[in-house]
Amino acid sequence: MEKGEEEKPTKAGSRLCCNCNQRRAALKRPKTLQQLCRECFYEVFEEEIHQVIVENQLFKPGERVAIGASGGKDSTVLAYVLSELNRRHNYGLDLFLLSVDEGITGYRDDSLETVKRNEIQYGLPLKIVSYKDLYGWTMDEIVKMIGLKNNCTFCGVFRRQALDRGAALLKVDKVATGHNADDIAETVLLNILRGDIARLSRCTSIVTGEDGPIPRCKPFKYTYEKEIVIYPCIYSPNAYRGFAREFIKDLERIRPRAILDIIQSGEDFRISTFTKMPEQGTCERCGYISSQKWCKACVLLEGLNRGLPKLGIGRSRGPNNDRKKGTKETNGAKSIESKQCGTLDF
Amino acid sequence: MQLTLEFGGGLELLCDSVKVHNVNVDMAKGAEKLIMKDLLGWVHTNLIKERPEMFMKGDTVRPGVLVLVNDCDWELSGQLDTTLEEKDVVVFISTLHGG
Repeated sequence: MEKGEEEKPTKAGSRLCCNCNQRRAALKRPKTLQQLCRECFYEVFEEEIHQVIVENQLFKPGERVAIGASGGKDSTVLAYVLSELNRRHNYGLDLFLLSVDEGITGYRDDSLETVKRNEIQYGLPLKIVSYKDLYGWTMDEIVKMIGLKNNCTFCGVFRRQALDRGAALLKVDKVATGHNADDIAETVLLNILRGDIARLSRCTSIVTGEDGPIPRCKPFKYTYEKEIVIYPCIYSPNAYRGFAREFIKDLERIRPRAILDIIQSGEDFRISTFTKMPEQGTCERCGYISSQKWCKACVLLEGLNRGLPKLGIGRSRGPNNDRKKGTKETNGAKSIESKQCGTLDF
Repeated sequence: MQLTLEFGGGLELLCDSVKVHNVNVDMAKGAEKLIMKDLLGWVHTNLIKERPEMFMKGDTVRPGVLVLVNDCDWELSGQLDTTLEEKDVVVFISTLHGG
């Protein structure tokens, strides 16, 4: 190294990268406890995701794939890594960015700017679908009507469908989302706490919705959040979810493998064959996949349009409830199960 | 001691939405060095204006807050015992919430 180019004096105890043995280690990987330099980290990080894609056959040559792009850290990193790997390993994919504009003043402005920057930086065509166009309501208008208490329910249900509808407009074969290992470990715990067996069995799958209109995949299933680094959500964070997330970080501190172990637990969960699972059908009103007569978005919209915003939230009555009535008393888990959180759906 | 502190991933919201703080941190009387433990106490008292529980838990940062000292994971430099030097850059990034 030439004089004058030296890095800042290294801290006592800092070591060399255990991969190249040349450069100074810059981080400790939680998954492997390896100490890596910046360069080796990027290489290992990208290669690992490539392996996940190959081993799980997430994509086929010639497929059109939409990346669910929120403008947050996860999807920004995903857009970058996927376009990079697509080039490097000749996946032969047509990649698109797909964003949802919930209509939250001051919230999406920044993130939509980020997505538009990604469009230019990575040369990926961008499609933005808005709640206003799809449902006739912005999140701001919904919050004005219902307050801040249940807005996550609306936002989450509407977002899931918005992504599917946007994907249909783009005529893509698949949607890739930026859900990371921490997200999945957290969802496993939450589904166990809620006794939501249907979601528990689905939430660890790397590909979901294969029977539905547009399958989704999670290339970051085994990627730690620490290695992606994240972005804030301004509308009331869900306390329950926050609690489980913090617990996961506590576990990670004590035993970094814990995140992967929890995913494994979720995968290994066996559901007894006599348990009756909710059947997946279609919504009578809009045709979207639904285990009930009406899909959640239609129930919520009906409430908004009729001025009964509590419809579809918690125990309130709606078109789906007549059918459930009989089981309510016998199945205590039901009321917990119906509590939805904005980002829970997988 | 002159230090540059950066807050990201939402932590800036706890300190008047300012991301980069150029600060001067005095060492305790009689102390020979400044370590991260001292700095966290100083940040807690002087920079964090609201919801300190989003930043600290016990005597260290809340799990899920990444700390980089001169672009290096503080887990490699001894976490709370990391010795700070003049002109060091310390970055705090929250990985919690959103995505």
